[in-house]
Amino acid sequence: MSLLELDDVKVHFPVKKGVLFDRTVGHVYAVDGISLSVSAGQTYGLVGESGCGKTTLGRAVLRLVDITDGEVVFDGTDLAKLPEEEMRRFRRRLQMVFQDPLGSLNPRQNIESILSEGMAAHGIGANQEERREKIKAILTRVGLPANALSRYPHEFSGGQRQRIGIARALVLEPDVIICDEPVSALDVSIQAQVINLLEELQEQLGLTYLVIAHDLAVVRHISDVIGVMYLGSLVEEAPSDALYASPRHPYTKALMSAVPVPDPDIEDRRERILLRGDLPSPADPPAGCRFHTRCPWAQPGKCATERPGLTDLGDGHKVACHFAKEIEDGTVQRGDES
Amino acid sequence: MPLLTVDELTVTFGGRGRTPSTAVDGVSFTVDQGQVVGLVGESGCGKSVTSLALMGLLPSKGVAIGGRADFEGEDLLALSPKRIRDMRGSQLAMIFQDPLSSLNPVVPIGVQVTEILQRHRGMKGEAARKEAAHLLDRVGIPDPTRRLKEYPHQLSGGMRQRALIAMAVACAPRLLIADEPTTALDVTIQAQILELLKELVDEEGTALLMITHDLGVVAGLCDQVNVLYAGRAVESADRRELFAHPTHPYAHGLLGSIPRLDAPRGEPLSPIRGSINDKIAWADGCAFAPRCDHYTMGCLTGTPELTAPRTEGHLVRCVNPVLPQNSAEDSDGAEDSDGAEDSDGAEDAEKEVPA
Amino acid sequence: MSTKTEKIDRLASLMQQHETTVGASLWREAFRRLKASKMAVIGAAIIGVFVVVAIVGPWVAPHSPSAQIWRGEVLVNQGEFVGARGENWFGLDHLGRDMFSRFLVGARQTLLVGVVSMLIGLVVGALIGVASGASATLGGRAGQRVDNVIMRFIDMMLSLPSLLLAVSIAAVMGQSLTTVMIAVGVVQIPIFARLLRGSMLAQGGSDYVLAAKALGVRKKRIVLTQILPNSLSPVIVQATLSLATAIIEAAALSYLGLGNPDPAVPEWGVMLSQAQRFFDNAPMMAVYPAVGIIITALGFTLLGEAMREALDPKLRG
Repeated sequence: MSLLELDDVKVHFPVKKGVLFDRTVGHVYAVDGISLSVSAGQTYGLVGESGCGKTTLGRAVLRLVDITDGEVVFDGTDLAKLPEEEMRRFRRRLQMVFQDPLGSLNPRQNIESILSEGMAAHGIGANQEERREKIKAILTRVGLPANALSRYPHEFSGGQRQRIGIARALVLEPDVIICDEPVSALDVSIQAQVINLLEELQEQLGLTYLVIAHDLAVVRHISDVIGVMYLGSLVEEAPSDALYASPRHPYTKALMSAVPVPDPDIEDRRERILLRGDLPSPADPPAGCRFHTRCPWAQPGKCATERPGLTDLGDGHKVACHFAKEIEDGTVQRGDES
Repeated sequence: MPLLTVDELTVTFGGRGRTPSTAVDGVSFTVDQGQVVGLVGESGCGKSVTSLALMGLLPSKGVAIGGRADFEGEDLLALSPKRIRDMRGSQLAMIFQDPLSSLNPVVPIGVQVTEILQRHRGMKGEAARKEAAHLLDRVGIPDPTRRLKEYPHQLSGGMRQRALIAMAVACAPRLLIADEPTTALDVTIQAQILELLKELVDEEGTALLMITHDLGVVAGLCDQVNVLYAGRAVESADRRELFAHPTHPYAHGLLGSIPRLDAPRGEPLSPIRGSINDKIAWADGCAFAPRCDHYTMGCLTGTPELTAPRTEGHLVRCVNPVLPQNSAEDSDGAEDSDGAEDSDGAEDAEKEVPA
Repeated sequence: MSTKTEKIDRLASLMQQHETTVGASLWREAFRRLKASKMAVIGAAIIGVFVVVAIVGPWVAPHSPSAQIWRGEVLVNQGEFVGARGENWFGLDHLGRDMFSRFLVGARQTLLVGVVSMLIGLVVGALIGVASGASATLGGRAGQRVDNVIMRFIDMMLSLPSLLLAVSIAAVMGQSLTTVMIAVGVVQIPIFARLLRGSMLAQGGSDYVLAAKALGVRKKRIVLTQILPNSLSPVIVQATLSLATAIIEAAALSYLGLGNPDPAVPEWGVMLSQAQRFFDNAPMMAVYPAVGIIITALGFTLLGEAMREALDPKLRG
C-alpha cells in the first residue's frame, strides 16, 4: 500500500525582473511532472546530479516550496491543496533530515530547546518535564549522550550533529522522513554510522523514507526502489537490485558507469560512458527528451521532438526512453563509438 | 631517483598566545616521474595542508614547517619566496577543489591563461593567444577561441575545472598537485575530469599527486596510495595491494564502511566508531587507538613505526595490523563486525584466484 | 607498569575528553571573547568612568553649576577670562561659573541624550525592521509587498540629510532637550530598520529556518525564536556605535543652538556651543567639553568594534 503518492507534481519558479513592479520573464522548471509512490515501511531513493530538482521535489512534498501543479497524496489526503494551518499540522507526520547538519540547527538554541520546538508546536507532552523525558529516550536511541541536552550545536562533531537532526525528526513520531542528502556532508567513516542508524531506526520504528542523494552507492545501499532524476523529471524507476543489474535508461547507464568503486580491478575493467557537455539550464530545458542533447544513443527525429513518458517494462522497472528496448537489443548503437 | 621525496614533513599552526596544533605530523612519501600518488584521508588528516606546504602556499606567520621535500635536487620547504614563485606554474602546478574561487572573477579566461604563458614561457601576443586556445582545446573545452573571451562565471563547474587544469599544465610542469579536484563536481563530470587527468599523465609524463577523500577515485587513478590519519601516513602501498589487503585497521575500516555500488544489498555497513579527535596526538601512542577494534596495550606507548608486516613495499604504521590469520581471530571476539570480516575474507579469496 | 584496565580507562577518558565541556551558548562565548579583547576592556573602562561621572556628578561637583560665584572676575568685553586654577580646576566660563562643576554635572545630560536618542532609533527602527523582515521572509507574496512599501519609506528617510532632518524636527518642536533627543533618534531609525531587516532576510533563508518550518513550528514563533535571536548581533553592535554618533550629533544640534536652553542644566554640547564665541580668548573653555565628547564617543566605538569581532560567528573557536 502506498503511503505517499506524487501525481504529476510540478514546481516552477518564476524568474522575475523589473525595477518597480516585478514582471515574470520566464520559469525555472525545477520539477516538471513527477509521479511516484512510496509504500509504507519502504525506502524510496531519489538520485540525480545537482540541478536535477531532487531537493526541490523533497521540499515540495512538505510544501516548503509552492507546488505549481499536481497532487501530493499522503495517507489519503492531498497535501498540495491543504490550507496552510492544516498543512502545518500534517508536518508532524512528515519529517525531514537536512544535508548540512550544522546549518540546519539553530546555533543559539541548545539541544533540548531544538528538540522541544517541534513537540511544542504540535502539543506533544503536557509540559517541558514530559518532553525532556521523551527527548532523553530519543537521544539514547540515536546514540547521543544524555548530557547533550544543555549543549549547543557547535559543540558537536559532524556525525553527532546529524544524529541531532535525526532525533529532531524522530521526537514527533513521524510516518515518513524525507532525508535530503543525509550523509553527503559527512566524512566517509561517519557516513556509515549514520546510514546504519537510519536503517536501524527504520527497522525498529517502521519508518518510511524518501532518501534524496547524489551518491548512487549510498542510495542503492539503503533504498528498496530507486528513481533516477534528470532535469526535473524521472527517467527511470526500478527496484534497487534491478536498477543496478540492468540500467535501461542511457542516463542511468552513464551515471552508473561514472561512479568510482573502491576496487582497482573493477576500475581497470570498467568501460566509462562519458557524457558530452554539461547539464542544460532548467530555465530553458531542451524540447523532446530532456536528455537527448547529451545522450550517446540519441536518434534523429523522435528524441528531439517528443518527450518520452515513464513506461513499465514489467516487474516495476519503468523507463522514460523512446529506444530503451532497441538499445537493449542492440539495434540502436551508440553514436560516439566507431 | 624519485622526482619528489617528502621526508618527515611537519606543519604546526599556532601564533602568539594560541596553543599550537599540529596538522601534519611527520608525513613521508615519494613521487616518481609519471607516477600518480594518492594522499587519502578524511577531513583533518592533513592532506590538504601537506599539499599547500609543498607549494609554499602556507602563510609565513604562525606556521612552523619541518622536514624536507626534495624536488629535483632542491628542498621545496627551504626555497626563497621568489624561487618557489618561479617554480610554481613552471615546474610545480596545483589544481584546487573549488575552481570558481581559484579563478579571477573579473578577468576573462583567455587573459588568465596567456598571463601564465607570458610569465613562464615568454610568449607574447598572437602566439600566446594561439597557444592558450590550443591548451583549452587540449583539456576538452569546445570552441576554445570563443571561450577565451568569457569570464569564469560564464563557464559551468566542469568547464572551470578544465580551464584550471589548462592553466596548470600550460608550462608542462613536472609535478601536478590536485587537491580534491572533483569533489565539487557531479559524478558524470567527475568521470570526465578524471579521464582527462589520466590522459595528461599518460601522454605528458607528468607526475600527479592526487589528494582526495574518495577511495573510489584512488582505486581508478593512483599507482601508489598513502592513507593519512591525524597528520601521519598510516598505510602506504601499491593500489592493488592496498585495496586487496588493507592492513592498517583504519584503512581496513574505511573500506568496510563505504557503501559499494557493486556489493550485494542488505548487509549493514561496518563503520568505524567515534570520530577523529584532534586532542589525541601521535606522541601519546597511536592516534587511531580510541576508534580501533584491534587496539592492544602496545598501542598506547610511543608512536608506532612504519613496518612491512605483509609484503615489502606495503608499509603499515600499526603494532597490531589486520593480517589474514589475525582478522579471523578477531572476528570471534567482536560480534558486531562478524559479518563484515567474513565477507572481506571471502572477497580476498575471490580476488586471489585469478591472480 | 600500568595494568590493562588502567590503559582502557585512559583510552575511555581520551574518548570523552571533548564531551566534558559544559554547554556554552554563543552569547556566552561571545562574552568570553569580549573579555579577552583589549579594545573592549579599554572601551568599557572609558564608558564605565563616564557612567560613574554621569551618576555621581551632581553630588561631587565642588560648586553649583549655575551659580555665577566669580562673576566679577570674568570681563568678557575686555577679553579677560580665568583659566585653570586651584579653586576652579577647569577655570571659569563667560558668566563666571565653575567649568569643572559644569563638566561633571553635564555628563549626565550628555549620557541621557545619547542613550535616549539611541533607544528611540533602536526601538522604533527595530520594530519597523522586524515587521519588514518578518513579512518578507514568511509572509508570502503579500508580505513581500508590505516589505517593499516599508522599505521604500525607509529609503526616503535615509535619503534625507540627517542633520537637515534633525534641524527641521527641532524647528517644528521648538528648542528643548526632548527635541534634540527625538531629532537624533529619528535619524537613527532607518539605519536600525534596514540593518535588522537585512540581517533577518539573510537568516530567513538559512537551513534551520527551513527546518523549523518543516517541523511545523508556527510562523510567529519562527520569527521570535529562530530568526530574531540570530539577527541581533549586528544590531547590538550598531547600538553601541550609534551611542557615539548620537552623543556627537546631539552636541552638534546643541552647538547650533537647538539644545536645552536651561542654564541650570549644563550639557557638553551646549557648553561647546557657548564656548565658541570666546574661542579666541578662552580656547580651553571649548576644549574640556570637546575632549569629553571625543573620549566618550571613542569608548563606545571601541566597545562596538570589539563586539563586532566577538559576535562574528566566523571567528568562533
